[in-house]
Amino acid sequence: MSADKTTWVKVHPAMVRICHWGNAIAIILMVMSGWQIYNASPLFPFRFPKAITLGGWLGGAIQWHFAAMWLLVANGLLYLVYNIASGRLRMKFWPIRPGEVLHDLGQALRGRLAHADPTHYNAVQKLAYVGVMLLIAGVVVSGLAIWKPVQFGVITELLGGYEFARRVHFFCMALIVFFVAVHVVMVALVPKTFIAIITGRAKAGVVEAA
Amino acid sequence: MKSPFAKKVTAQADRHLINEVAKRLDAPARRQFMKYSMSLGSLAMLTGCDTSSDEALDKMLTGISRFNDRVQWAIFNPDRLAPTYPDSMIKVPFPFNAYYDVDQVREVDGSTWKLEVSGLVADKRSWTLAELAALPQMAQTTRHICVEGWSAIGRWGGVPFRTFLEKIGADKTARYIGFKCADDYFTSIDMPTALHPQTIMALTFADHTLPADFGYPMKIRMPTKLGYKNPKHVMSMFVTNTNPGGYWEDQGYNWFGGS
Ligand code: HEM
Repeated sequence: MSADKTTWVKVHPAMVRICHWGNAIAIILMVMSGWQIYNASPLFPFRFPKAITLGGWLGGAIQWHFAAMWLLVANGLLYLVYNIASGRLRMKFWPIRPGEVLHDLGQALRGRLAHADPTHYNAVQKLAYVGVMLLIAGVVVSGLAIWKPVQFGVITELLGGYEFARRVHFFCMALIVFFVAVHVVMVALVPKTFIAIITGRAKAGVVEAA
Repeated sequence: MKSPFAKKVTAQADRHLINEVAKRLDAPARRQFMKYSMSLGSLAMLTGCDTSSDEALDKMLTGISRFNDRVQWAIFNPDRLAPTYPDSMIKVPFPFNAYYDVDQVREVDGSTWKLEVSGLVADKRSWTLAELAALPQMAQTTRHICVEGWSAIGRWGGVPFRTFLEKIGADKTARYIGFKCADDYFTSIDMPTALHPQTIMALTFADHTLPADFGYPMKIRMPTKLGYKNPKHVMSMFVTNTNPGGYWEDQGYNWFGGS
C-alpha cells in the first residue's frame, strides 16, 4: 500500500456517475411500481406491502412502470455505448477469472479485502456488476416479451411463452433487488466509495472496494 | 410537508378505494357516496400544500402514457397474428372479470337487442342478433391477457369485424371506433386494430352462445389488445376521429392497451 493521503485519483468519469444515478432512480421506480403491478395478480402466495410500492393502484403503477422504462433503457444504452466505445468496459470488468472470484470472496468474507487502488474492481465486484448488467438486460427483454406478446411474439416464444416470460421477469427483478441490497450494504461498509460515485474522485490508497 | 410522491400515492389510492367501494353500492347509494368522497377530496385539497406538484406529476405520467399510445400505434403490425392454441388448452372455468362482481352481470334480452351504428359510416341502420348471425363467421382459440397480469386461453367466434365494417361502409381512414355497453362500460380502439384479421364481433364462447358473464349478446374480441379493451354487452358503436376514451382509460389505464 502506497498510501498518500493528499493524492486524489480520478475514479469514475462523469458519464459513469450520471448513468449510475440515472439507473439507480430508474431501477427503484421500476421495482416499486412493479411490485404494485404484481399485487394485482400475484404469481406466488404473497403480496408486497403497500407501503413499499409505487403508484397507489394498478393504473398508477403501470403509468410509472411504462414511464420509468424509457429512462432505464435510454440510460442503459448510453452507459453501454460509452463504456464499449471508450474501452472502459473491457478494461474495468475483464477478465473475470473464477479462481480470483473465489479468492476475493474468501478474503471479503474474512473482512480482509483491502484495495490500495480505488480505480480497480476486485473479482467479486466485476462478477456482480457484469451480472447485474446482464440481469437488467434480462428484465428488459422479458418485459418486452410480456408487454408485446403479439408484436414481439418472437421474444415471447424464445422465453417459453407469455406465462413463463412473466416468471423470468419476476426472477430477474428478484436477483436485481438482491444485488442492490448487498451492493448498498457494501457501500455502507466502505463509505468512501459513495463519495467517489458522486464526485468522481477518491483519495489514493484509502479506498477499499465496495 | 408530505413529499409529492406520497401525496400522489394517497390521491390515487383514495381514488381507487372510492371506486372499489362505489362498485359495491347500488346506484343511489353510489351517487351519495361519490358526492361525499368528492367533497372530502376538495377539503383535503384545501389543506394540501403541494397539490400543484402532484398535478405536475400526474400531467407528466399522462403525457408519457399518450406518448406510449403513439409508440404502440407505430409498432402495431396489421399483418402480425396473435398465436392460436389447441382447444384442449381452453381454460375451464374461464375467469369472469369486470369492474363489478359476477352477481351484477347485466341480463340483456337478445330478442330485442339491436346494435346501433353511428358516426363515419355509410349505412347507419341497427343490427339484430339474427342479422349478425347471418353474416360470415369465424372462430379462434387465443390467449386473453389481463392488464392485471394473468392470462387465460379461450375460444371466441363471430363476425370478422373487418367484414362488418366493410358491410356498413365505415370510413377506414377514420382513427377511432367507440363502443358503449349495457353495463355502462365504454371503450374505444384504433382503426388498424379494428381491421385486424383476428378482431371478431364475438357471438359465441367455446362454440356456444356467448354467456351473459362473457358479454351476451355481443363482445368485441381482440387478441392483440388487453382485456379491458374488449367491450362486452356492446349496445352501440360509432366511427370517429375524436378519441372517445374509455371507462378505465379515463382513470389512467393506457389507452392503446396493445399486446
Ligand atoms: C441506490 C443506492 C445505490 C448506491 C448508494 C450505489 C453506490 C455505488 C457505488 C459507491 C459504486 C462504486 C463502487 C466502487 O467504486 O467501488 C457503484 C457502482 C455500481 N453500481 Fe451502484 N449504487 C446504488 C444503486 C445501484 C443500482 C440500483 C444498481 C443496478 C441495479 C447499481 C449498479 C452498479 C454498477 C453496475 C456499478 C459499477 C458501475 C461502473 O463502474 O461502471 N447500483 N454503486
